[in-house]
Amino acid sequence: MDWLNALNLTFGEFIGAYTAAYVLCALGLAVHFGFTGLLNFGQAAFAALGAYGYSIATLSFGWPWYSSVLFGLLCSAAFAVVLGIPTLRLRADYLAIVTIAAAQALKFAVSASIFENVTGGSNGLSQFGDSFYALNPIPKGRYDFGVFALSENELFIRIVAWSLIILIAVFLFFLTRSPWGRVLKGIREDEDAVRSLGKNVFSYKLQSMIVGGSIASLGGMVFVMSSQTNQPSNWGTNFTFMLWTILLLGGAATILGPIVGGMVFFGLLMFLQSVMEGLVNMGWLPFLDIAQVGQIRFLLVGVALMLLVIFRPQGIFGNKKELQFNG
Amino acid sequence: MANQISIGEPAPGCKKVDPILVANKVTRVFGGLTAVDVEHMEIPRGLITALIGPNGAGKTTMFNLLTGFDKPNTGEWTFDGKNLANVSSYKVARMGMIRTFQLTKALSLLTVIDNMRLGDQKNPGEGFFQAFLRPVWKKHEAKITLKADELLKRFKLDAKREDYAAALSGGQRKLLEMARALMSDPKLVMLDEPMAGVNPALTQSLLEHIKGLKENGTTVLFVEHDMHMVRHISDWVIVMAEGKVVAEGPPADVMKNPAVIDAYLGAHANSDLGDIDINSAAKETN
Ligand SMILES: Nc1ncnc2c1ncn2[C@@H]1O[C@H](COP(=O)(O)OP(=O)(O)O)[C@@H](O)[C@H]1O
Ligand SMILES: [Mg+2]
Repeated sequence: MDWLNALNLTFGEFIGAYTAAYVLCALGLAVHFGFTGLLNFGQAAFAALGAYGYSIATLSFGWPWYSSVLFGLLCSAAFAVVLGIPTLRLRADYLAIVTIAAAQALKFAVSASIFENVTGGSNGLSQFGDSFYALNPIPKGRYDFGVFALSENELFIRIVAWSLIILIAVFLFFLTRSPWGRVLKGIREDEDAVRSLGKNVFSYKLQSMIVGGSIASLGGMVFVMSSQTNQPSNWGTNFTFMLWTILLLGGAATILGPIVGGMVFFGLLMFLQSVMEGLVNMGWLPFLDIAQVGQIRFLLVGVALMLLVIFRPQGIFGNKKELQFNG
Repeated sequence: MANQISIGEPAPGCKKVDPILVANKVTRVFGGLTAVDVEHMEIPRGLITALIGPNGAGKTTMFNLLTGFDKPNTGEWTFDGKNLANVSSYKVARMGMIRTFQLTKALSLLTVIDNMRLGDQKNPGEGFFQAFLRPVWKKHEAKITLKADELLKRFKLDAKREDYAAALSGGQRKLLEMARALMSDPKLVMLDEPMAGVNPALTQSLLEHIKGLKENGTTVLFVEHDMHMVRHISDWVIVMAEGKVVAEGPPADVMKNPAVIDAYLGAHANSDLGDIDINSAAKETN
């Protein structure tokens, strides 16, 4: 079996553009859940709004990349406000229900045929990246990284995406260590206590929704920019639950957690896939064929995640001390 | 029975010479149960007032209503001359009326010192955009940390400074909540059973501390079952039973009041209130 190949592919996933997109969305979720305690089960909608905001602004309005980015951010911020105003005053579980429902509704809305000439209906949109890739300073060519080679654009989107992650991580580092971040953590622990100390809890929750949602919309843009296709099927509940997996894997109330969590999650998936494919080819797994490997690996990751939750419930980077009082 | 606190003879709902809080016709009904039905209540400024009454008398509900954590069916009240009915709870706190909770609300996964820092209301760093400008809030943060450390020392929590609040005992959490409430220098502190679960070795110094608050001009309203404490530190006592104010007056007089003894003790009417543990007496009557 070719171990080097497996490791190379795994490394390719570590720095992949999709991995980066998921990491960004998971960082947004960390703001919502890890730092504020908001149960957002519709993070896919924020990512979708970033993706659709960008692609619609480019294709329908003919805007350049920076205005399109701004438009995508505005769409998700507006969504945060629309969702937040009726639900953030209510008990925590209302937000969970409303976010699930709103994310599904949004997915149906963008795939509906009435809006087809704007959203592309169920086919989605494509080829909206010209203005962005025009920025690419990297000369045309193939860039070799072991077994995988990247085109100049594939390399560019990875560099941009991971730089964005570093930028957002630094941004969140300062934000969560500021007095503002302390209020969020207080709300996560007991919002009535924070209210009794004179803080406008509703306003802080709304700010948290907007900040986390905007970060997710950047993730959505990265997601669709790497393939220049944006389809409604990308933004299902599946997407949201992968984000939760990544978040819990890495540690919810940390910044490094979602980053490493995302890398480990996709790296592990790829590693399992290539190792199992190798074993199948060598005839060591007679009960499997190559096509089934893709599904089995999710099963194995599920088992790994269960073990993790049992033996390290705080995630990779979570603070053990923090968790032992939760039970 | 002359006193300088009430206008005229003390009686349930009597007017005060200088009230800080004035409530009128406040009622709160849960299903069929009238938890609070207060015709009139005035809290004297700059003094320590005890709100007593058996379990279920409506003391906590009254606290919740006054501080905006619950909505009354009828009624209105003013604090420091400002109308407070329908004002949201955080604004009430911003006006200088800070309450603690009977069931403590320590922020478990924040350190003790961070709990304290949250009690401050003027931190510019709590604004989103200023949060990034450390120089804007660094000085203020240092100032409130100093103040927090002083309070922690006074409440014997300084050794726990860096621990998570979750690691504190029940009594220590009560102390932390009270210390945290004092961070913003409130005009009125409302303490719901501040001594419940607190180590007896600490109660004496706590009593002194509450008296100290009064000397600094803070008005204190507290709910307490411990009659020694009530007698020892309060200037005025208001007694509630079944949602109503049934008696009020200076502590010594109130404890002799038949209506009070009745409300608390029923059959034990002949005992002296100051000498028995009200908690167990109240349990017996339930
Ligand atoms: N949220 C609530 N729902 C229903 N009944 C309540 C609620 N809160 C308090 N009560 C009832 O109101 C009455 C007064 O309660 P409370 O104010 O907690 O009394 P106290 O603090 O004097 O012991 C009790 O009979 C209690 O059961
Ligand atoms: Mg009570």
